[in-house]
Amino acid sequence: MGERIGIEVSQAIAEAAMLSNVDVIAAYPITPQTHIVEHLAELVASGELDAEYIPVESEHSAMSACLGAVATGARTFTATAGQGLELMHEVLYVASSMRLPVIMSVANRALSGPLNVWGDQSDLMSVRDTGWIQIVAANGQEAVDNVICAFAIGEDRRVLLPVMVHVDGFYLTHVIEPVIMPDREEVDRFIPPYDYPLPLDTEKPVTMGAFAPPVLYPEAKKAQDVNLRGSMPVILEHWDRFGKAFGRQYGPLEHYRSEGAKTLLLTMGSIGDTASAAVDKMRDEGKDVGLVQLRLWRPFPFAEFRNAVRDADLLVVVDRAISFGGPGGPFCSEVRAALYDEEKRPKVTGFIAGLGGRDITVAGFEDMVARGIEIAETGTDQEYEIYGVRE
Amino acid sequence: MSKKEDEITWKDIEIGAIVTEPGSTAEYKTGDWRSQAPTYNTDRCIKCGICQVFCPEGCVEQDAGGYFIANMYWCKGCGICARECPTGVITMVEETE
Repeated sequence: MGERIGIEVSQAIAEAAMLSNVDVIAAYPITPQTHIVEHLAELVASGELDAEYIPVESEHSAMSACLGAVATGARTFTATAGQGLELMHEVLYVASSMRLPVIMSVANRALSGPLNVWGDQSDLMSVRDTGWIQIVAANGQEAVDNVICAFAIGEDRRVLLPVMVHVDGFYLTHVIEPVIMPDREEVDRFIPPYDYPLPLDTEKPVTMGAFAPPVLYPEAKKAQDVNLRGSMPVILEHWDRFGKAFGRQYGPLEHYRSEGAKTLLLTMGSIGDTASAAVDKMRDEGKDVGLVQLRLWRPFPFAEFRNAVRDADLLVVVDRAISFGGPGGPFCSEVRAALYDEEKRPKVTGFIAGLGGRDITVAGFEDMVARGIEIAETGTDQEYEIYGVRE
Repeated sequence: MSKKEDEITWKDIEIGAIVTEPGSTAEYKTGDWRSQAPTYNTDRCIKCGICQVFCPEGCVEQDAGGYFIANMYWCKGCGICARECPTGVITMVEETE
């Protein structure tokens, strides 16, 4: 059994990669991910972690170097944030389409401009269609556990896909939390050896990243989509295995006092902890409010999600990203899309809050719930509201 | 792969669309791109092979008589052979079909 210690979440993530016995790290430092890669560099320099650390000149190169490493059969890890994730954007599609299981922690950060290094989920949403598995951690323990799970999931032969483990920049990356760090032997037992079926090998050459003309491209893309959708039961299987081995059970959704609640708050990431405090307060006041947190953003857990909100009358969805000129925050518009064909579906109200590191307080969640109920009763001509902006 | 390109289903696609067979690019019919085709007045041909050297597609082959002729499966009709031929053997002609 691992030891419960006080540790900065960034350091804990780096140590989770070490416990996962990573072979290669290629990364470029960027706020608020810096402490993750600094600590990995320290661990390699001190000899505590026996891995190749490739210092690169950009995030585009970092992800490219990771692809080369993982294609040889090396367990590979990297981390980035915000603008760094944007700079590696085109390579993200290459990782998933070539089925190369790079594991990456993303310290979620707002995107320029105006320049802002603080946390929101604009970067997470901008990469939602890149074909990666995306797991969103709500606290330090979830971040550590899911980095370990990500290796088991991504490298599974039934999956072979890259995985992002999202942690909110500053809210998680720069805070010291109590975290149970698993034992190395336990993690060794949990993550099977990485055995890529068609590695780069001079004895048995293959062509990776080849060209596919119109006669083949759609077939390749359908194969990729079927694969990502099909990863769902394998993700659940590894989470269950993790639960049995470590005593902490994860799923695509996290429920908090949501049983039978008529109004449900929907969140993703670290704001869930504040939202749960708001739910406690509202419950104490006799209000019928619960919370559902989404942990698995890709593949989207449609069945579990529909089941979780089936009995609610109203969903209050809180996004930390904007889809400019679109139907609302990306989270809210996917929630609406997931429910459209349901015969009985709750009303959905969307709020965009917490942009660029603006705190969302307990009172903020109470306000959004109250406003959501008001909109559900009286209607609105807007698809969504940006909460807490000075008029 | 034993199947032709247009018979390959999504289930046949190798993991990550990796190509495991060497030389598969030869099946790709770049001749479809062509709008002009080289024609040959072999009376003037000195069999120097300069057209073969300059062909960017590498599709010029020597026939039984020793003449250098482009393979129309791959010839993209770029006209470089016609431009480089020192004796003016090759004329590019619009393909109308």
